[in-house]
Amino acid sequence: MSDTHAQTVAFVRDTMLPEREPPILERGAVKWMRENLFNGIISTALTVLSVLVVAWGVAEIGPWLMRSIWDAESLSGCRQILDGASGACWAVIKDRWHQLMFGFYPPDLYWRPVLTLILLFVALGPILFPWVPRGMIRFSAIYPFLGYFLLWGGSVWFPVSVALGFVAGYAALVAFRSLGTLVSTIAAIIAPILWWLIAAGTLTAVLDSIVPLGLERVDSDEFGGFLISLVIGFTGIGLSLPMGILLALGRQSNMILIKSVCVTFIEFIRGVPLITLLFTAQLLLGYFLPPGTSFDLILRVVIMVTFFAAAYIAEVVRGGLAALPRGQYEAADALGLDYWRAQRLIIMPQALKISIPGIVNTFIGLFKDTTLVVFIGLLDPVGLSNAIRASSDWQGIYWELFIFIGAVFFIFCFGMSRYSMYLERRLQTDHR
Amino acid sequence: MAMDSGAPRESFRLSMLLYDTRYRSYTIQIFALMLLMLGAAWLIDNTIQNLAALGKDFSFRFLWSTAGFDISQRPIEYDSQMSHGRAAIVGLLNTIILAIMACALATVLGVLAGVLRLSNNWMVARLMTVYVEVFRNIPTLLWILVFGAIMTEAMPPPSAFRGDTPAASMLLFDSVALTNRGVYVPEPLFTRSLGSIDLGGVRPSLDAIAFVLVVALSIWANIRLIRHATAVQNATGVRPKTWWKSLLILFGPAIALLLALGFHLGYPELRGFNFGGGIHLRNSLIAMWLGLGIYTGAFIAEIVRAGILAISRGQTEAAFALGLQPGKTMRLVILPQALRVIIPPLISQYLNITKNTSLGLAVGYMDLRSTLGGITINQTGRELEGMMLMMLIYLAVSLTISGAMNIYNSRIKLKER
Repeated sequence: MSDTHAQTVAFVRDTMLPEREPPILERGAVKWMRENLFNGIISTALTVLSVLVVAWGVAEIGPWLMRSIWDAESLSGCRQILDGASGACWAVIKDRWHQLMFGFYPPDLYWRPVLTLILLFVALGPILFPWVPRGMIRFSAIYPFLGYFLLWGGSVWFPVSVALGFVAGYAALVAFRSLGTLVSTIAAIIAPILWWLIAAGTLTAVLDSIVPLGLERVDSDEFGGFLISLVIGFTGIGLSLPMGILLALGRQSNMILIKSVCVTFIEFIRGVPLITLLFTAQLLLGYFLPPGTSFDLILRVVIMVTFFAAAYIAEVVRGGLAALPRGQYEAADALGLDYWRAQRLIIMPQALKISIPGIVNTFIGLFKDTTLVVFIGLLDPVGLSNAIRASSDWQGIYWELFIFIGAVFFIFCFGMSRYSMYLERRLQTDHR
Repeated sequence: MAMDSGAPRESFRLSMLLYDTRYRSYTIQIFALMLLMLGAAWLIDNTIQNLAALGKDFSFRFLWSTAGFDISQRPIEYDSQMSHGRAAIVGLLNTIILAIMACALATVLGVLAGVLRLSNNWMVARLMTVYVEVFRNIPTLLWILVFGAIMTEAMPPPSAFRGDTPAASMLLFDSVALTNRGVYVPEPLFTRSLGSIDLGGVRPSLDAIAFVLVVALSIWANIRLIRHATAVQNATGVRPKTWWKSLLILFGPAIALLLALGFHLGYPELRGFNFGGGIHLRNSLIAMWLGLGIYTGAFIAEIVRAGILAISRGQTEAAFALGLQPGKTMRLVILPQALRVIIPPLISQYLNITKNTSLGLAVGYMDLRSTLGGITINQTGRELEGMMLMMLIYLAVSLTISGAMNIYNSRIKLKER
């Protein structure tokens, strides 16, 4: 026994062995690839397949992109430069850039839509980001009227007197407050309607004759390209959210008439394709209005697109309302808040937060659906791509236009979806 | 012992209609009803006046007048001498055919992409993310036009298939031809056909009816077999082997019927300047099918992914703790719960596909909107009636689908207290 003990003692180690590197297969890029690309037979097969797909795509499109032509007068000019090889002819974008952006908007007035777009971002700032000074919200409030004035031009007094209608509504709300919420709300709805129907037109005419101030008028049929997509898209987005919230509240109401009107509206709009609503705006509105009246096609489209998006937003917000625990409503009642205060202070902030992804998805859908106006003859980017292809210079050009239009839509829609993720993170209050 | 029963009963005052919450809602509703009726009366009055001014009446008689236009894709017999109503039905059938095809493609692509996006494989997951983001963020109309352009511009003309060394060749053992005039696929033919029956203008093939009946009966028999096996298992604890019986029941009768009818495929072949034989899928159909299917597939992928992620990891672990194998865990624990999350938005995507088929006009697909809502309206000048009828049909289709969804939803809903 002592022998064995003596032998073991001789091998007591007094220093640690130096650490060895992990085997080559278990470190660095090789390990990562083994875990993420070649983890089993199926995974390896999928990797090989995807590499093949990507390689095929690059081989097909790569050379075409590499031989891009930026300077040419026409497609035949492009083909002459390419000399038989196949290559992308981006010259069409350069040649028709202004048309794709502004349609047939008068070229010397291009600064107006550009300024409107820049001001749009200024106006969106305080709504979208918390670090923008709060006072800027006043600019956001007047922006719709400013934007209208800049884009369509005409007398400056028209948007001013329309805006005064909202002031009249607010004044009525304050003046009748002593008579209770119901009376003041009704007054706040009736006052602006009366203002617009009776006073606004005269006021515009009178002010215009005293101080003729204004910009050159641009008609709606001169609008086109991405200008039209953005105008319809952003107006629809701005108007459909409040309308959708009201519809959702109406659908939750226990007043049977209000509820059934809202349900009918929502289900009807959601049940028919947007394109039939647009055709209604184009063909049938003449039947429903008093004989001899007609109004701007873009405005009609905006109204229809707003109705369409509002019905979807109503359903999304209803989901958010349903997800709120009953206790929140009861707590608001227990605090003695009336219906609108409870909605504004307790219910909506929570319900809307839950519905953010759905609301932004609806907005993205609305923005993409602005392409459907091509069917009623408005020249949005898709409509312009058909018009450009019909011209003798660019006959037969497809992919470059599609890629360009698709890329612009992608940037806007992808941006919106990223913003909604940011907003969800910012508003996250639960502890995870 | 006369007890005071709370507050004294107030007599009714007129101001309570405004200030008392018990009566206020009635006031609001009566006012709203009056406004609503006024608005409706105004609209109807305007419409009557406008119709009178245009010298039109309101009638649907135009549906029985001669259409006078052709429809390229005819699921039922139709020619230009038939009525506008029949053209509308052909359009509706085309809409339904396209919707079913696109739903099937979107579901397959969506489930594949949704599952693969969650895969451990970095490359595949990234590729699927690119697919989802690119297709979701670009308008479907643009995709339809792109696929339409691919079909007409990038495919070889039928003449390229000619000669000893043709520039293009047919796919899948010379059975499918992709040309710039459409896709030609083999058609099923029967040497001992049962013929067809005439159901007042519609002539369905008896072979197809017999085949569908046999398959339906086989599926019903198979369900009975599985129920019986489960009953035996519940009674004795031993599940009888059923797989070979299932195979026999499911495929035996169908194969026997096909053999009896002399089933064979009719291949498309080049005749003159174009292909003949086989089924001709027109470019418009292919463009709409690919455009709608691949576009909506990206949305379904996100729905499937969200559904799988919604099931907490604890469910899998609990199933493993109970000793269930991975396959059974998926089938008995994960899928039933994930489906509950997935199905409602999935159905609403199907609704979207059905509504988006109305974009067929962009590539000249003759759907309901192009026939009833397009050419018929233009020819007869009946915008009001035509649009109303078309909206009602779309509404009926949508409400049917969403009604079915609601029934399904209430059946699978978690039964709580």
